[in-house]
Amino acid sequence: MAVRTLNNKPIEFDAEGFMTNYKDWDLEVAKVIAAEEGIASLNDRHLVVLNFMRKEFEAKGDGPSIRKLTKESGVPTKELYELFPGGPAKKAAKIAGIKKPHGCI
Amino acid sequence: MSSTSSPEKIKKVSIIVSRGSLDGVYPGLIMANGARMEGIEANLFFTFFGLYAVLKEYQDKIKIATVGNPAMRVPDAKGFPLPTLLGALPGMSAFATKMMQKEMEKLDIPPVSEFTQMIADAGGHLYACKATVDMFHLTPDDFVPHMERVLTVGDFYELSAGGQIIFT
Repeated sequence: MAVRTLNNKPIEFDAEGFMTNYKDWDLEVAKVIAAEEGIASLNDRHLVVLNFMRKEFEAKGDGPSIRKLTKESGVPTKELYELFPGGPAKKAAKIAGIKKPHGCI
Repeated sequence: MSSTSSPEKIKKVSIIVSRGSLDGVYPGLIMANGARMEGIEANLFFTFFGLYAVLKEYQDKIKIATVGNPAMRVPDAKGFPLPTLLGALPGMSAFATKMMQKEMEKLDIPPVSEFTQMIADAGGHLYACKATVDMFHLTPDDFVPHMERVLTVGDFYELSAGGQIIFT
């Protein structure tokens, strides 16, 4: 656990760098985390993914599988990997402010 | 020496899929897809009956073996062992496969055709074994388009350089 101040708010992260309370999230916080993950700026397509992940997390308590994400958000697999290079599931979950996803797919 | 506590991350895996049953094919696909999800480079090498996973007409006809599978239980994983003679009845393998596919769909595990496409789209590479292609008299037309090319064992080792090789 670590508390950091982002966008003038104290935000708690777990040991692996995922936010522990997704309600503390906002776009400014996302931008800071994204930059730390090597994504210099967030565009509309990033936001489609982030919003879908947050919606899914809110409903089910876990992030979506890549398959669900690509099928239902309208962002195809190839683009998803381009948007979040080096591991889309975890990286997008971090930036979306949700906990680490638990699925294998 | 490497161990599970090694701080160095795995960067690349080459996974050999050598069996053509459902439980022979899926672990390799799940591991390759999982590798890509973690940003790990992934190569899939299909050989012997595992080749059916990338054959156009056959990849979605892959089934569970209900004969010669002593772990097989009915009606579910904690049920009764399926006697070999019953497993041999016509339609048993298809039925068991259907049941398992239903459970897999719930977990978002796609059919083989969709799964191999997904791995290719994720930047994973799919290859076929030359010895098997020759032995089975196959042509490039028999394969799904995302099977990149046919490799010799030597090619396979070459492109696996610097990574882990996993045989399934």
